[in-house]
Amino acid sequence: MSQRLVNWFKFASPASFYPLAGKMWPWFAAIGTVLAAAGLWISFFVAPTDFQQGEGYRIIFIHVPASWMSMFIYCVMAFWAAIGITFNTRLSGMMSSALAPTGALFAFLSLWTGALWGKPMWGAWWVWDARLTSELILFFLYIGYIALTAAIDDPRRADKAGAIISLVGVVNVPIIYFSVKWWNTLHQGASVSLTKAPSMAATMLWGMLIMALAFWMYSIAIALYRVRAIILERERHTAWVAELPEMQR
Amino acid sequence: MNWGSAGEFFAMGGYGLYVWGSFGVTAAALLIEVVLVRQRFSAVRRSLRRELAADRDTQD
Amino acid sequence: MNAFIAIVRRDLLLAARRKSEVLTALFFFMIVVSLFPLGIGPETAMLRRIAPGVLWVAALLAAMLSLNRLFAADHQDGTLEQMSLSPTPLALLVSGKVLAHWLTSGLPLVLLAPVLGLQFDLSPRALGVLMISLLLGTPVLSLVGAIGAALTLGVRGGGVLLSLLVLPLYIPALIFGAGAVEADVAGLGAGGHLSLLGALLALGVFFAPWAATAALRIALE
Repeated sequence: MSQRLVNWFKFASPASFYPLAGKMWPWFAAIGTVLAAAGLWISFFVAPTDFQQGEGYRIIFIHVPASWMSMFIYCVMAFWAAIGITFNTRLSGMMSSALAPTGALFAFLSLWTGALWGKPMWGAWWVWDARLTSELILFFLYIGYIALTAAIDDPRRADKAGAIISLVGVVNVPIIYFSVKWWNTLHQGASVSLTKAPSMAATMLWGMLIMALAFWMYSIAIALYRVRAIILERERHTAWVAELPEMQR
Repeated sequence: MNWGSAGEFFAMGGYGLYVWGSFGVTAAALLIEVVLVRQRFSAVRRSLRRELAADRDTQD
Repeated sequence: MNAFIAIVRRDLLLAARRKSEVLTALFFFMIVVSLFPLGIGPETAMLRRIAPGVLWVAALLAAMLSLNRLFAADHQDGTLEQMSLSPTPLALLVSGKVLAHWLTSGLPLVLLAPVLGLQFDLSPRALGVLMISLLLGTPVLSLVGAIGAALTLGVRGGGVLLSLLVLPLYIPALIFGAGAVEADVAGLGAGGHLSLLGALLALGVFFAPWAATAALRIALE
């Protein structure tokens, strides 16, 4: 048991995680590509035309997985934040920083595809429904994290501050979602809900799941790649970086 | 198969702009992210190599 | 407990000496509220409808602008560091500072809002609900704002960065606060909204000083 604990903590050091990440990301990229191909196949060629929404509904195969991922990544960021604060590990903060841009990107894509879905269906580029509005706020939370960590020069302080804001954020996300739902049901005016996806044929559900998994694999691959860059940037002046094979002329 | 022809596929029953606007922007965004991350990595690697080479040279 | 009261007294005294800071925030509140009719139009029925939201948004902005004086001055002259080294738990001192901050920024808003609400032709009953909602909500703004203020202490671009961090977190308070008044005006009763606001306040009182303290320690390292 203690042997396994030791093994885990070994990878908490940037020096040992760097090569590990280097070996891992191609696998995630490959799996992600295969899943994306399968997902796209289902999205376009297997899922039938919807009776009410025609072909336009196919956007959900991007919109819903992107929303899921943006939420999921935020939770993972908060998880690493908690780990970093508890164990005072440098790598946790680096991991959070590596994940944030991807999470923000998925939040943006969720909003973008939501708008493109809403326009033909309900005639407006933006509807203030609970899901989209919460997603917008989540996007702001991501931007806040990125801005805060970018504004602080000392990387350790930046990591810790980012950890606090992401933990505060993750606690607030359910509160925000609840309050936005509450607000939305009371202002029934613009009550068209983008969550009223066509009654889920099994194929549609599968398509969304597979696309979500594809996005997940992509996120892991990109985060691992990015964290390698972050590790090099932060650990510039260490001996192990100087000994790296790619640094030898 | 849902589509009779490539034309039908691209038109998406009239929703082409929206569907391709979504899938297209997503693909572009992910691609751009990949490119940016790779640029970031090569930039730091390049600058580190230069630094370490300079250190080595001054040591000789 | 003595330390808590001492800190509240001290901060109130300091605020009394720098009255202009407190008053400028209040005038900001007044000006922002006046901007909306100027931008949208003076039609009474519409103003009555937008009043709760406008007053609440203005309160949010005013609260946010006043946050920088929560820790900055003490940080600059080293008092904050002394506080962190004292035997009294820092969280207690932070709570005291937040209370003093609310007394000088939130409470005046609570008292001023009904007067401004008259500009929007809100009924006396609605004004009452507005006051209660602000009474419950402005402490939440001070508490959550303290976390942001601690995180951005001494950071470049502090003020705007602070708004970016804190405004999304203010949204639930805004929704429940403005919603309470709207619900009352619509005849649905503000009870639900106000209870939720109260729940937010309770959560804030328990967790925010903690988080703000952790953020302060990071800033003081």
